[in-house]
Amino acid sequence: MGENLPRVPGGAQLHSDTLHGPVRTLRVKMVILGSSGVGKSSLALRFVRDEFKNPSPTVGCAYLTRVVHLSDVTLRFEIWDTAGQEKYHSVTPLYYRGAHAALVVYDISKRETFVRAQVWLKELEKQYIPGSTVMCLVGNKGDLDQERQISVQEGQALASDRSLFFTETSVLSGDQISELLLGIAHRVYECIGGQQGGLSEWKETPLIDLHHRDTFTPFASCCKVGP
Amino acid sequence: MKLLTFGPIALCLYVCPLRCVSLPSVAVMDGEAQRAAVSWENGTLAPVDRLRSERADSPTPGLVEGTEPGAGQKSAMFVHAQSFEDLTAETEEVAQRDAELDKSEGECTDELKVLVGEKTIEEQRNSISSETRSKEEDVSSEAWRSHRKHVFVLSEAGKPIYTRYGTEEALSSTMGVMMALVSFVEAEKNIIRSIHADGCKVVFLTKSPLVLVGVSRTCQSDKELLRELQYIYYQIVSLLTLTQLNHIFQHKQNYDLRRLLAGSEYLTDNLLHRLDRDPGLLLSAVTCLPLASSSRDVVSSSLQAAKAKNLVFSILLAGDRLVTLVRKKDQFLHHIDLHLVFNLVGSSSSFREGEGWTPICLPKFNTAGFFHAHISYLEPASELCLILVSTDREDFFNMSDCKQRFLERLSKRSAYQALKEALKCPSYSVAQVGIPELRHFLYKSKSSGLYTSPEFPAVYQSDEEQERLMGLYQDLHSCLHHPTRPLRSFYRCGETENLLAWVTSGFELYLCFSPLATKALAVSAVNKLLKWIRKEEDRLFILSPLTY
Ligand SMILES: Nc1nc2c(ncn2[C@@H]2O[C@H](COP(=O)(O)OP(=O)(O)O)[C@@H](O)[C@H]2O)c(=O)[nH]1
Ligand SMILES: [Mg+2]
Repeated sequence: MGENLPRVPGGAQLHSDTLHGPVRTLRVKMVILGSSGVGKSSLALRFVRDEFKNPSPTVGCAYLTRVVHLSDVTLRFEIWDTAGQEKYHSVTPLYYRGAHAALVVYDISKRETFVRAQVWLKELEKQYIPGSTVMCLVGNKGDLDQERQISVQEGQALASDRSLFFTETSVLSGDQISELLLGIAHRVYECIGGQQGGLSEWKETPLIDLHHRDTFTPFASCCKVGP
Repeated sequence: MKLLTFGPIALCLYVCPLRCVSLPSVAVMDGEAQRAAVSWENGTLAPVDRLRSERADSPTPGLVEGTEPGAGQKSAMFVHAQSFEDLTAETEEVAQRDAELDKSEGECTDELKVLVGEKTIEEQRNSISSETRSKEEDVSSEAWRSHRKHVFVLSEAGKPIYTRYGTEEALSSTMGVMMALVSFVEAEKNIIRSIHADGCKVVFLTKSPLVLVGVSRTCQSDKELLRELQYIYYQIVSLLTLTQLNHIFQHKQNYDLRRLLAGSEYLTDNLLHRLDRDPGLLLSAVTCLPLASSSRDVVSSSLQAAKAKNLVFSILLAGDRLVTLVRKKDQFLHHIDLHLVFNLVGSSSSFREGEGWTPICLPKFNTAGFFHAHISYLEPASELCLILVSTDREDFFNMSDCKQRFLERLSKRSAYQALKEALKCPSYSVAQVGIPELRHFLYKSKSSGLYTSPEFPAVYQSDEEQERLMGLYQDLHSCLHHPTRPLRSFYRCGETENLLAWVTSGFELYLCFSPLATKALAVSAVNKLLKWIRKEEDRLFILSPLTY
């Protein structure tokens, strides 16, 4: 299995958290949703550490960060990896409220996770303010092609219906992971980053009361971007 | 009847009228134990019932609560007043009263609305539970029947919720029979307590809306088995809150609770495993990482300084050992709640990646609402896990900031290095005590709710041997805490070891000697051991717990 990220095509590059460019750093809130077992935690771990290991079930929610350098800006992804279990559903809105990016993940080898993904999309749409969230449908476990229950076309069709991003990934092999993260980074920056007040700036030691509260409040109307 | 599969049944049905608390008849202690039991009431070690105002340097067994080795100097950290008895007594009213006072109630009902509204979304159950657990065991097989201890949880409608072995589906008719038994006895205004059959005990615990059933081939007493069922009950409550449980079953009596517990069964599995092995669960106490008190005090005060408005408890763990605990003034953590936290943290590696944030109900504190716990390791590969418990579910960043401040403060101090050094030897050898015949012991200070115990010696290296020794301690514990005829001390000679147990108002002590040791030697060993513990208490216990 491929433990290393494939080289990223194009100008932008992914760097580890330790590098800091002279450019400004903006905070991006990203939430990962989907049934349990589809690979959300594995995906988050790939994003932040480019590792794959068998994780134990997520308890509640896990918070991880990953810095992505684009040509003229640095984005600090604050990733909320949720547990897909039903008992946590009542608290999940905390995490997708005000998110700049939302990934809805399903397992291409399990139809019920695809059905569940549609429920998540509906729920997100209830909260959705057009232009404030980049949404992405992710069909994971692409390596399990021979056990596939959801065709690429079917996934693609669902995404196009709702004008979402769509990609199939394999967290196990690392396929399409960095492309996904970079794609989201570009899209978030284009759609939301330019807006006044769209993305807040990240400081080394942010003042909690001034900065952190806004992560949980839904987007103010000034952040809207046309579709 | 299905229940017959547990062995020839119905030798005697212990039932008792609703209003009566004690059992009509008890047959617990086996003959051998009775013969070996020796009363010390008139011996040299008889407890002296007078209060000491000062901490003695060479403690005598007459120490009363608050002056025994390991007793905290200021105030205790835990609610522990009755410890073991506390577990089996009904304390629900207290919890309910707390619940009414607690302002987080509004939040809880808020969460309930969402939950009930959601019930229809996904009627078909996620199949992960049966997948991720290797429980595909044939429930009609001899192997399944011969497990030492079965635990079943069912709803009052007789729906299976949890089984330790096998799958709930395969056992639905068995659980139906169990519920029928409970209801049958209830119809006569009685409560079924236990069934004693040939080599097998069936114990019932009705905690509306749940019914818990334990089937054991061990020689544990009913009371011990009930204690374990209580833990399982609290584990389930800690995931869902009692309010939510009641609400669900009021709305839909035959609700399948496995939907909500899906993906968390491993917590109950692990708790049952701990109940067989962890002396802390037996003693209703926790143990500490041995650490010089000067270092521990620095860690505690660093934690104390990193406070926040809604922060109620800050807990620093090293594996299963407590490093320190800081609490809000007047708020006490119950050892059961702490064990549930230990179980949660110890059962999942998910907190190793990033920071965890999860709702958790601490049922001994409040069965009605959720706290929100920030769980993270101080360093990626470190054993040190910090748990910050807040009342506010939107407090993640505040808690994250508290952790950061704590870490910054601590890493500037040499105590952090000392703490990391201490992690390298989290236990100690019994040889340090200097009593050659002494193999192992458990010592609990009642007033602090903390215990200490050396590592297992060479003779108890295998898992089986360790569990066997734990089983022996459990027997002794049963005798000391017998519901009608509790013993204060108990000496027991066996082929493989000699055991001594002793309880005073200040401490509980269990010692394991080589089979060659004599009773006289055991008695003198107690004094020597108590002196040693007094000498080491700074290191082994948390003597000055802090509040914010
Ligand atoms: N074959 C395959 N397995 C994967 C992939 N991603 C995750 N898994 C496995 O799926 C299981 C569930 O993963 P996890 O990340 O815990 O899922 P989560 O519940 O959505 O967080 C684990 O055993 C992973 O190893 C993948 O791309 N391919
Ligand atoms: Mg997960």
